[in-house]
Amino acid sequence: MQRHLISAADLTRDDAVLILDTAEEMARVADRPIKKLPTLRGRTIVNLFFEDSTRTRISFEAAEKRLSADVINFSAKGSSVSKGESLKDTAQTLEAMGVDAVVIRHGASGAPYRLANSGWIDAAVVNAGDGTHQHPTQALLDAFTMRRRLIGPDAGIGQDLEGKRITIVGDVLHSRVARSNVDLLHTLGAEVTLVAPPTLMPVGIESWPCEVSYDLDSTLPKSDAVMMLRVQRERMNAAFFPTEREYSRRYGLDGDRMARMPEHAVVMHPGPMVRGMEITAEVADSDRCTVVEQVANGVSIRMAVLYLLLGGNEPAVTQTRTEEK
Amino acid sequence: MDTHDSQSDARPVLEGPDIARVLTRIAHEIVERAKGADDVVLLGIPTRGVFLARRIADKLEQITERKVPCGSLDITMYRDDLRMHPPRALARTEIPGDGIDGRLVVLVDDVLFSGRTIRAALDALNDIGRPRAVQLAVLVDRGHRELPIRADYVGKNLPTSLRETVKVQLAEEDGRDTVLLGAKPAAQ
Amino acid sequence: MSKILIRGAKVLGGEPQDVLIDGGTIAEVGAGLSAEGAEVVEAEGKVLLPGLVDLHTHLREPGREDSETVLTGTRAAASGGYTTVFAMANTFPVADTAGVVEQVWRLGKEHGYCDVQPIGAVTVGLEGRKLAELGAMHESAAGVTVFSDDGKCVHDAVIMRRALEYVKAFGGVVAQHAQEPRLTEGAEMNEGVVSAQLGLGGWPAVAEESIIARDVLLADHVGSRVHICHLSTAGSVEIVRWAKSRGIAVTAEVTPHHLLLTDELVRTYNPVFKVNPPLRTERDVMALREALADGTIDIVATDHAPHPHEDKDCEWAAAAMGMVGLETALSVVQETMVDTGLLDWAGVADRMSFKPAQIGQAKGHGRPVSAGEPANLTLVDTAYRGPVDPAGFASRSRNTPYEGRELPGRVTHTWLRGKATLVDGKLT
Repeated sequence: MQRHLISAADLTRDDAVLILDTAEEMARVADRPIKKLPTLRGRTIVNLFFEDSTRTRISFEAAEKRLSADVINFSAKGSSVSKGESLKDTAQTLEAMGVDAVVIRHGASGAPYRLANSGWIDAAVVNAGDGTHQHPTQALLDAFTMRRRLIGPDAGIGQDLEGKRITIVGDVLHSRVARSNVDLLHTLGAEVTLVAPPTLMPVGIESWPCEVSYDLDSTLPKSDAVMMLRVQRERMNAAFFPTEREYSRRYGLDGDRMARMPEHAVVMHPGPMVRGMEITAEVADSDRCTVVEQVANGVSIRMAVLYLLLGGNEPAVTQTRTEEK
Repeated sequence: MDTHDSQSDARPVLEGPDIARVLTRIAHEIVERAKGADDVVLLGIPTRGVFLARRIADKLEQITERKVPCGSLDITMYRDDLRMHPPRALARTEIPGDGIDGRLVVLVDDVLFSGRTIRAALDALNDIGRPRAVQLAVLVDRGHRELPIRADYVGKNLPTSLRETVKVQLAEEDGRDTVLLGAKPAAQ
Repeated sequence: MSKILIRGAKVLGGEPQDVLIDGGTIAEVGAGLSAEGAEVVEAEGKVLLPGLVDLHTHLREPGREDSETVLTGTRAAASGGYTTVFAMANTFPVADTAGVVEQVWRLGKEHGYCDVQPIGAVTVGLEGRKLAELGAMHESAAGVTVFSDDGKCVHDAVIMRRALEYVKAFGGVVAQHAQEPRLTEGAEMNEGVVSAQLGLGGWPAVAEESIIARDVLLADHVGSRVHICHLSTAGSVEIVRWAKSRGIAVTAEVTPHHLLLTDELVRTYNPVFKVNPPLRTERDVMALREALADGTIDIVATDHAPHPHEDKDCEWAAAAMGMVGLETALSVVQETMVDTGLLDWAGVADRMSFKPAQIGQAKGHGRPVSAGEPANLTLVDTAYRGPVDPAGFASRSRNTPYEGRELPGRVTHTWLRGKATLVDGKLT
């Protein structure tokens, strides 16, 4: 593994499977009376959040605390950042306090990459979501959820997602979750189909390792998992689609549509859900919907990532990537 | 992990039948010292300790005609040398259904050396429950302890030099049962 | 002023000749000229060009003297072989009145490193709503003939039409920064494969091409001429080529960086590659080179855009757009056009001196290297090759995309009306 986790595309198949396998063991800690491991004792991790995201921050914080790391939470609001301090100065200030790792959420695509590669700091950088670029731990927890549901917690150990058909529906254009998932699922051997109105697909998407469709109904019967992305109502005002009603009718997942999915297929959502927009309450509350599991799995995945990046004297060793650069 | 080539000059100190015999003896000792072994829980330390624990559990079942709870205890995240290596892949921790509270836990490992693994295992146990007592069974005790730890059941005491390696091979993992004593590779 | 004999230089890349400068003028060009009474500059193997003319420079003064001043900018220009730069109007205050343009013009004159020809804003405050006093700026001491809202597009078709019409009265030209504003809201880089992966806001080629198409049609309709700033896409090239074939009075410039760099570099998220218009694709780069070679694109202009370190030492979204270029322009042109065989040195003289001087009506610049002409000259060691070291820049800013990159060619001497501004690579 690399020293930082910036993009799901940086992970090899073996890296990703190691993270999923490790998360499987971490998940078992949650069932114990003492949900804590001494592994990162003496390590300091800062959660550097320039964007509000309570759920992601809490998930990382829970993971860090279960591994006994010292945790510093830094939110940009009301801090020196809102007074104009630069990312570089903020990062260097934190590093001066002896931080071993920075978990960063930032509204600007590429901010974590810059932080990791500009020589500003030595700490390991974990991307907790940047702009419309990447959210690698989300993709990992999604893959973990799929592997548990579609293969099984024990049967899945050592396995990737070869041949699994995953459909991702919604605002692909503005979605770091979609980008990360396409990269990771492709690495893990899954077949990904993106479904959205053409206005919510980026120009240049043809280079992505996935299929693209504008028609949800025809892809549902061929899906092992359907991931619904949040669609913000404001997009309507920028003419990405005519009305909320029309969007829901064409791309929302309701009970009728869910019935067209294979019986074993699951419905996923990275949260927070906009009920009535991309997903109906009936689907969101059904047994096939993994939203709550995804939250629990998020902690296990983040524990695994932090352990594999920070648990030793260097990141965990797996095969190096041969394809691409 | 050592390859077979680097072990080519290693000589066997225990062969298959010897291993079976000492495990039987350890099982009998456990029954004797635990007065029937009715509250015993065996926890093997991955990788090979788990196979040894299962074999001992089978023998205990033959002796006592009762199923003896047997599980595994991964100590990776409790090691004191974590910062000296890249992180290792985790192995499974599997605590038998009724847990360990109030029971006699017998930890099982293949080789007892510095004692640090067992120290980590005791810490790990601490986070899982509160046993009545904890005992230790090992196939080989090669000496050179760095901590005040001793085994309750020893398959074979094997005096060694620090320039030697002891390698346990078990059928479940390695295709055969043997304990090899060899020279440490010069590179290390 | 004393005499200078430049000995054995390849004039415009041709046969070695001697060039004698007397006072501010070229006295004689020929073989074996007498060195009597003259300071001799040995120029064997070097190429002598007419002083370069940059139609697109940001000198930042007044208002952003932390990134560049007229002094530091003209020193950078002299370092790069330029004898005239056209200073863009997007200063603080904006150069939209006779007062501001005269101030910039005077500062250039006082410092004496390079002539500074201010460009006037087309609209008041670059706001695109109300025409600035174009006539007054033209009649001022600065004699403005080029007008541009560069940095912003004159996007209102009626305002653009009026500006094109109005400058006809005194032979001016409007230089358009072609960027359809609605199509580029939130734009951070070229829209395409790379932006889709990086999750950066896309700046589509069509936002440039649609404005160019509109403006060449407007220029045709009102019988004026239009100049296109920093043309960056293959589609734009095709539109300009079509317009020229129809006899429309359009000229176009390309920057050195658009001739060399592509949007693949943005994968580093290093804002030193953030520029407007953005770096495009390999296909665009090749089309731009070809268009510069065949004359569809008339000139190379630097779009020298200095920014202080902190405006680039940050995340992509927060960074300023632009690159410095005066001190590397000729090297990049040699790399992309000369060393590739697309253009000879006479062609370089045409694209970087004759034509830009013509378009901007810079008197006394962009003249042939022959007797009786003003001695505005640039001597280039074309055999040199080495890494770009921003620490050696004369510009106040260091935001070059070429740091550490090996490039050919080095300007060793620059003469402005016979006065050396650069000698052996050192400013005087």
